[in-house]
Amino acid sequence: MRRTGTLYAVLVLAIVLLPVLAVLRAGSVNLTFGAADWAALRFTILQAALSTMFSVVLAIPVARALARRRFVGRGALITLLGAPFILPVVVAVTGLLAVFGRNGLVNSMLDWFGLPIVSIYGLWGVVLAHVFFNLPLAVRLLLQGWALIPAERFRLAASMNLPVWHLLEWPMLRAAVPGAGAVVFLICLTSFAVALTLGGGPGATTLEVAIYQAVRFDFDLGRAAVLAIVQLLVGLTAALAAWRFAINGALGGGLDRVVARWDTAQLRTRVADGFWLCLVGLLLVLPLAMVVLRGLPALGDLPAAVWPAMGRSVLVAFCAAAISVGLGLFIALRGGWPATFAGAAPLAVSGMVLGTGLFLLLFPVVSPATAALPVTALLNALVGLPFALRALGPAIATAEAAHGRLADELGLTGFARMRWLILPRIRPALGFSAGLAAAFSIGDLGVITLFATEAGQTLPLMMYRLMGAYRMEEAAGVAFLLLGLSLGLFWLFDKGGRINAEA
Amino acid sequence: MLRLEGLRVEQGSFAIGAHWPEQAPGIIALIGPSGAGKSTLISAIGGFLPATAGRILWNGQDITGLAPGQRPTATLFQDNNLFPHLTIAQNIALALRRRGMSTADQKARIAEGLAQVDLAGLGDRKPAQLSGGQQSRAALARVLLQDRPVVLLDEPFAALGPALKAEMLDLVKRVLSDRLVLMITHDPQDAARIADRVSVVADGEATSPEPTQGILQNPPDSLRAYLGQ
Repeated sequence: MRRTGTLYAVLVLAIVLLPVLAVLRAGSVNLTFGAADWAALRFTILQAALSTMFSVVLAIPVARALARRRFVGRGALITLLGAPFILPVVVAVTGLLAVFGRNGLVNSMLDWFGLPIVSIYGLWGVVLAHVFFNLPLAVRLLLQGWALIPAERFRLAASMNLPVWHLLEWPMLRAAVPGAGAVVFLICLTSFAVALTLGGGPGATTLEVAIYQAVRFDFDLGRAAVLAIVQLLVGLTAALAAWRFAINGALGGGLDRVVARWDTAQLRTRVADGFWLCLVGLLLVLPLAMVVLRGLPALGDLPAAVWPAMGRSVLVAFCAAAISVGLGLFIALRGGWPATFAGAAPLAVSGMVLGTGLFLLLFPVVSPATAALPVTALLNALVGLPFALRALGPAIATAEAAHGRLADELGLTGFARMRWLILPRIRPALGFSAGLAAAFSIGDLGVITLFATEAGQTLPLMMYRLMGAYRMEEAAGVAFLLLGLSLGLFWLFDKGGRINAEA
Repeated sequence: MLRLEGLRVEQGSFAIGAHWPEQAPGIIALIGPSGAGKSTLISAIGGFLPATAGRILWNGQDITGLAPGQRPTATLFQDNNLFPHLTIAQNIALALRRRGMSTADQKARIAEGLAQVDLAGLGDRKPAQLSGGQQSRAALARVLLQDRPVVLLDEPFAALGPALKAEMLDLVKRVLSDRLVLMITHDPQDAARIADRVSVVADGEATSPEPTQGILQNPPDSLRAYLGQ
């Protein structure tokens, strides 16, 4: 067990470090950074900063309302807040376009009132999409902050008629907001598909998109490598900042608790809380509803190429889930510094950096089209790895704490211990991790854009191309299909892990 | 024959010592106040805590450094004596795992073990589907089939009511009488009920076991203090 653990840790190190080294070697040949590159760097940081600011600032009133109100559908709303986490970016973007796009709901209304219409492309579109994805995450992170304030403190504050905001909530936020902000900032820095679909053009290109364009359109691998080095530095800096602010996971439970409060009965606060909850509910529900409404009728006349693409996507998703969980299990059992590394590195090193590195490594040996699907499965698995480790590590520790003694007593070691103790006890965590990796993978529009040809495309790539060709009806049909697949795969794995898994 | 030779076990700032001559099969009660180190001593003999000094000998052989599964001991813990995700039969089968028995033989042994603790026919249930008393019986069946000469009882019946506990103690005496049983208890009545020897655990030491009758009728000072006499 120990030896194989080391082997797999070395493997993880290699998967992350080999591409990075390839990028560094290729990039150091000709280190020039032109005006367009500076613009990309500036735009990357600007959009990430704005996205973070809006996500976290808006999350404060929403999380506060959720923390202090008990209402019908509260549990459903919290579940809904988890949905963007496993939602394919391209699907969300089509939903957002249907609401905020040129012919979308908002612009139709503005037009009807005779007001000028707004454009979702460019900086504000990118920020809007990032807020859609990260506002819910920030809400969940801050809600945990609220859950950590002991109920007795609210009682004490009420009995002494002290202001809850100044005394309890503001100090909690001062501790929780930097951590939540750092996580959101890191995610927005490394996000590719949003900037690809809603950004673009000289004024709205991120580093990630610039890397893609350098590889795909100019075939300038040296420039791609330089851009990747800059992206790597920016990502590592943000990751270190996030590390410093000691984030706590957004996946934890305990969000279903509402503590008794005595400061919330006024009409004014009730209306305000209702407003924020409705706003976030609409922001999440409207785009998703539009995906369903527009996609459902388009399902009948999907292009025939959808089905092979779907087959490839499902295959890649299953492989990614298997790799992610298998790797996660071996690393979690071994623990130590490789586990810490594997839990953090895939968040800091962006998909395009790894993708460029792998492209540089593989290009002389195999054709990119051949490598497209395996590389995609591998990188998707890596994206899921930090979450798998966060779920599996504690599950294994709990199983050992409760039943390790009995296993020792019965002489269960090695494979027998895995079979009779560990695997049956951690099945819910295994299912959850596999579901997450599969959902991430099936909706991923990332490294596949660097490698794939028309013949080897996945469902998200096909959808992106349909959107690029303004075949919006077909794109809507594929979006609906993808939505069903990503939610369905997650549900399938997660449920499979829980069935008959009694305490 | 179990012998403790200048055994000393430390847990943080707390320590317990024991120096016992050879102990023949029978039931030894370890009695004393909570926090005196009864559980610590049992854990060390079972292999779950390392000894800081001294030796544990079984038939003259040093077993101090062996893993729990390699020792001549079987332990019933206070809780978690059965895997909750396995049926009773599967749980008990794990005790027979390395015997190289045929499946038919295994089945027969499991049925026999369940019958001995009056659980015949309940092998297909999971632990959660049994009552507390039945779970204790199933755990006892597991220890029976482990077939180790030394059985360590770390208060496994503490959560049962008085009547059920008495029933379990009688069952222990009935099915384990040919082995050496070390049993932790707070209650001198438990000792009087089934133990033939008693070791008093107090003040950092587990005294050498002596016949129950004599020690309960004429308790040493440490036991007298514990009993409040």
